[in-house]
Amino acid sequence: MSKWIPLWLHKLGSPPIFYRFAGTLRPWFLALALVAGAIGLYGGLVLAPADYQQGDAYRIIFIHVPSAWMGLFIYGVMGVASFIALVWRIKLAEAVAMESAPIGAAFTFITLVTGSLWGKPMWGTWWTWDARLTSELVLLFLYLGVIGLYHAFEDRRQGARAAAFLAIIGIINVPIVHFSVNWWNTLHQGSTVRILGPSKISASMLWPLLTMMVATKLYYVASLFGRVRTDLLELEGGKDWVRRIATGQSTGERT
Amino acid sequence: MTYDHAIPLLRARGLSFLRADEPVFGPLDFALHAGELALVEGDNGSGKTTLLRLLAGLLHVGEGELDWRGQPWNRDACAGEMLFLGHQLGLKMDMSPRENLHIAAGLHGTREGRSAASVLTEVGLAGYEDDPVRRLSAGQKKRAALARLLLLPAVLWLLDEPYANLDRAGIALVNRLLEMHVAAGGAALVTSHGAVSFHGGEPKRIRMHA
Amino acid sequence: MSRASLAVACGAVLRRDLTLAWRRRGDIAMPVLYALIVATLFPFALGPEDALLQRIAGGIVLVTVLLAMLLALDAMFRSDIEDGSLEQLVLAPQPLALMLGMKILAHWLTTALPLIVIAPMLAGMLHLPVPVMGVLMLALLLATPMLGLLGAVLVALTAGTRRSGMLLALMLLPLCVPVVIFAAGAVAAAQQGLPWIAPIAWLGAALALALVLAPLACAAALRIALDA
Repeated sequence: MSKWIPLWLHKLGSPPIFYRFAGTLRPWFLALALVAGAIGLYGGLVLAPADYQQGDAYRIIFIHVPSAWMGLFIYGVMGVASFIALVWRIKLAEAVAMESAPIGAAFTFITLVTGSLWGKPMWGTWWTWDARLTSELVLLFLYLGVIGLYHAFEDRRQGARAAAFLAIIGIINVPIVHFSVNWWNTLHQGSTVRILGPSKISASMLWPLLTMMVATKLYYVASLFGRVRTDLLELEGGKDWVRRIATGQSTGERT
Repeated sequence: MTYDHAIPLLRARGLSFLRADEPVFGPLDFALHAGELALVEGDNGSGKTTLLRLLAGLLHVGEGELDWRGQPWNRDACAGEMLFLGHQLGLKMDMSPRENLHIAAGLHGTREGRSAASVLTEVGLAGYEDDPVRRLSAGQKKRAALARLLLLPAVLWLLDEPYANLDRAGIALVNRLLEMHVAAGGAALVTSHGAVSFHGGEPKRIRMHA
Repeated sequence: MSRASLAVACGAVLRRDLTLAWRRRGDIAMPVLYALIVATLFPFALGPEDALLQRIAGGIVLVTVLLAMLLALDAMFRSDIEDGSLEQLVLAPQPLALMLGMKILAHWLTTALPLIVIAPMLAGMLHLPVPVMGVLMLALLLATPMLGLLGAVLVALTAGTRRSGMLLALMLLPLCVPVVIFAAGAVAAAQQGLPWIAPIAWLGAALALALVLAPLACAAALRIALDA
């Protein structure tokens, strides 16, 4: 590996060290995520004033927008991890990429559902074909494709590499889809609804939104740590450090 | 006929292949020079086929080192010099042996003075050159696959179970091909279940251990 | 010893796949029949009203052709995997990307070309205005190779798996969406009397890029799937 990567980062790539590192940090991230989420939701659902245009219905953006952002952000993380996994064959990168996919898919699904719930009171329809929602749907398909391909292989590591390749192809596709759907909407007039609500957002609405963004990010990290730890245990099943943990559990050691 | 024994064609040091982090075969050390024949021995499931596929370049090295002519193994370096015959024969069933050979020749080139017709006669398929491969018997299919070895240029032969499906005459054919190849300065790595006897002397033995 | 030249090797692979397709020429009819059936189902489902059919004809023909291609995509590598020819192709001393490119070309010639030939007939049955036919043909000529190239990469990725057609369709859909949008958009624009050259140009540019990159990606995907 190159010399510019600091030693601690290099060490973190080792499964047993990452396992311990993630294990100690995970409860903190989870707790912080819950606290931030509670504050953000309280601020958004209770404290923030009703929008003068959309009334109370707009409040769903406090879930919808952070979810949409996370759907894209996680895909980015998955893409970077996939690239690292393919080029350097690092087990941890494979685990991060593959375990991020279900989390990202869940956030994307939440985005679609909340977008649909928002659309009903606003535009009278459960689904519209605007650029954002359609791109989110395609993003969901991309996630499902990665997950499906990963599980289609009998050898996990080979499956992870194939799915990583697919994820990278998908990354190039996301902006292309967005661009083409935008063009398509201008061609077929009548569907240019803008789902992303208030163009000017007041401060009392902004801070709960940002808090929710932070909360979802913290939750993602906590969830990812938990999943990757489990994945590493399975991947490294025969190794000594895993055996030590399995027997250590009988002595009441917390993992 | 002189050939350079100094640098081995293939050298393996601590070579092993991992599947789901389990070694399919344990660390192996061996060297194969031009003019040498090596027999890979091991029980069922000891990884003989995996080793051959790894040496052919179809699988990546798990641990250890593999050198080709003294340099770290590189796909492009050995591309035109090696032929692999696996469990699947690599023949299109809907085409005749002659047509299959023409395609292979298109991809690999041909040895001096050889043609598809002459090679098919040598392996005992005279009269069957133009029948679709699917209509040939298992032994004849094997002979059609072996014909590739005669037609295409290569220094190293990697043969996985070359004797399978062959009658006594077929087994003698394979031995004859191997002797000719080795005498001409080529090398071969062969796996086999049954006992193997060569007229050209004792082959090197590579013992698999999982 | 005569070395195989690149042109000879390309010719060998192309000739091989075309010959094999011809020997099983019954299979060529399948996607065509499928497209015919699907296209004729639409008037039954929606009613034969002329104005309606005219508006949707272009889109239906396009989607039908693409679906028919998807059906046939799996066969691109399947027989080669089963009899070991794909391995031999990977091991041959030729650039794998170029060899796979020849296979993709052969597949397009035997799968998409028949569909493009019957497309005017399908479009006519659905009452597509004749002046728009030209744009439809152009759109198909650009969209079908795109699909073949992108599909080849995905089929190569699934080379070692117990493949299910559903997984391939799921993986291919996000990649198809821009192609369908621009191809059908060109036809719709032509039908409305608007300039249609822009989406066609986008398709052409994308195809040019795919012609270069897809075979390389296909070779990489194949090596990953074979665990090299």
